[in-house]
Amino acid sequence: MGGVKLGGVKLSMAQSINAALRDAMAADDTVLVFGEDVGALGGVFRVTDGLSEMFGEQRCFDTPLAESGIVGMAVGMAMNGMRPVVEMQFDAFAYPAFEQIVSHVAKMANRTRGRVRLPMVIRIPYAGGIGGVEHHCDSSEAYYAHTPGLTVLAPATNADAYGLLRAGIESPDPVVFLEPKKHYFTREEVDVDQPVPPIGRAVVRRPGRDVTLIAYGPSVPIALAAAAQGATEGRDIGVVDVRCLVPFDDDTVAQAVRVTGRAVVVAEAPGFASVASEIAARVTERCFHHLEAPVRRVTGFDIPYPPPKLEQHFLPGVNRILDAVEDLQWDES
Amino acid sequence: MAITVDRPLFASALVRLIDERGVLVPGGGALPSGGELVAGYRAMVLARRLNEQAGALVRQGRLAVYPSSHGQEACQVAAARVLAEGDWLFPTYRDTAAIVARGVDPVEVLAMLRGDWHCGYDTPTHHVAPQATPLATQLPHAVGVAYAARLKGEPTVVMALCGDGATSEGDFHEALNFAAVFAAPVVFLVQNNKYAISVPLARQSAAAALADKAVGYGMPGVRVDGNDLAALTTVLTVAVERARGGGGPTLVEADTYRIQAHTNADDASRYRTDEEVQRWVPRDPLTRLRTYLLGVGLLDAAAEAEAAAAAEQLAAHVRTGMAAEVTVDPLELFAHVTVGGSAQRDEQRALLRDELAADGAAEL
Repeated sequence: MGGVKLGGVKLSMAQSINAALRDAMAADDTVLVFGEDVGALGGVFRVTDGLSEMFGEQRCFDTPLAESGIVGMAVGMAMNGMRPVVEMQFDAFAYPAFEQIVSHVAKMANRTRGRVRLPMVIRIPYAGGIGGVEHHCDSSEAYYAHTPGLTVLAPATNADAYGLLRAGIESPDPVVFLEPKKHYFTREEVDVDQPVPPIGRAVVRRPGRDVTLIAYGPSVPIALAAAAQGATEGRDIGVVDVRCLVPFDDDTVAQAVRVTGRAVVVAEAPGFASVASEIAARVTERCFHHLEAPVRRVTGFDIPYPPPKLEQHFLPGVNRILDAVEDLQWDES
Repeated sequence: MAITVDRPLFASALVRLIDERGVLVPGGGALPSGGELVAGYRAMVLARRLNEQAGALVRQGRLAVYPSSHGQEACQVAAARVLAEGDWLFPTYRDTAAIVARGVDPVEVLAMLRGDWHCGYDTPTHHVAPQATPLATQLPHAVGVAYAARLKGEPTVVMALCGDGATSEGDFHEALNFAAVFAAPVVFLVQNNKYAISVPLARQSAAAALADKAVGYGMPGVRVDGNDLAALTTVLTVAVERARGGGGPTLVEADTYRIQAHTNADDASRYRTDEEVQRWVPRDPLTRLRTYLLGVGLLDAAAEAEAAAAAEQLAAHVRTGMAAEVTVDPLELFAHVTVGGSAQRDEQRALLRDELAADGAAEL
């Protein structure tokens, strides 16, 4: 079965990821999809909808409810010639697999001097904004980004969700693929015939001359909204979508900041010891002599993820971002 | 009638073919062939010598540490010998002798403990996974290798080793459950040597036998005398063939004892008595099989001399190999992490390269 061509049609992010899985499975018999509820149900977010029917229960199947077992079994299958793509049902439900991810997924290639590679993808719906109850809205990217050996992808657009997942499945390295669940049902035009994007390249979503917002995943649309709002207030705000947390594209980010001399990093995760902190430090190291003000971070607070009624106070919003922008030592004289 | 809730007290019956005195157990069952028993005995002699030699290398400072399988040689040898070519072995840090019995060069295996690299042998070539240190975490991998083989239509069987302590870990449970649900061709061999470093079996499990845990997963559980090579070989062969034939996984508990401390860095006198250890010495796996084989005329002085010579040859090979000064290029630290590039690691590699060059210049 060949890849269904959907060039130029509108797809939700869930459908884009589904299309990527389907096309990857069609292109390569060793690509397997498994996890909790991914079979007959098609996943709690319907991301794996129809894959079991299309490719059979040997290619897309449900497992017992045990995340360490899922990831651990994927390690073994990757050791024996398969390309498993496993689904963790929610961010916080991936924690039981943490030891497998850190001690084996990330380290097996190095441990064996490159003799054993683990071409596997761990898909994790993450971040908030859906009114989810506790344990359903964590931004857990820093745990993975901190672990050498993992490639960490965090697409913001449906086209990148498709393209980067294809790239991640083709990668010889293990990949953590973070899906902003808030956008699962957002529809955008996706051209699946585009070449697979390279892993490790950020992209400028909006050029700007006054200040650069650096964001990834669910924060990119917020940053773009802030930029649009800022434009009406006389600020020319650019937005860089990091989209690959590891490896990190210093060049694209630093190049954008050198033009503006001002930068704000936007992310949902608590800011302390976060990916946002790492980005701020890297930008400062590379752009110090171009900076007009310290690099600011607008992140989630250093508190556990709030209950649904209060999450809007936690999540970085347009106003908080624009307040940070106004704080960047503008010389209005 | 009143409903009562009673603690189950069943314990899987112990399979034993040759007792501690080297005497056949009446009605114990058919033995492996004489040739297999002699070959197994010879392999145990080599395994014992390897344990002794590695321990000596630790005392000489050539190895950082060595977790010995002294007293568990029957388990080590049987686990390796029942496998066919193409089968996989998933060992722990205490299973060096099993890896060597599977045909891997002991110098390559011990490279890890010399500190050269985290794994010194070629996993894909030998179908021997790296020695797992985090307990039970290798067991789900074993299931994955086995299930992948089944999906590919390959007749591979996977032998997954762990100890009694590992049965307390969540990954033990998840691996056995997955293996049973997917009917994966895995044999789980638990070497119940009674201690997890200092903690005794009673603090790991209240089960009457670890093999009884198999009931909860819907797979067969067998408890076998872990110091009886004949019984182990028979039980494991049945389990392997069952797995190969599509029958799914088996849990085998080998009743054995860790004669030595956890490692040379451990002080076993703090948690067990010498009397307890001495009670296990007469149950030694080598002694009993030797007695049996001599008694039935399968082993003679010439064969014993040949085994002893082979063991000395192995020890000499290990000594020579471990005495060699192996230098590892520090820049190799960056070589294998990922195939895909990383500008950050490239910068860090350049930093280390420059430091090394400066050190080299300073030495000149």
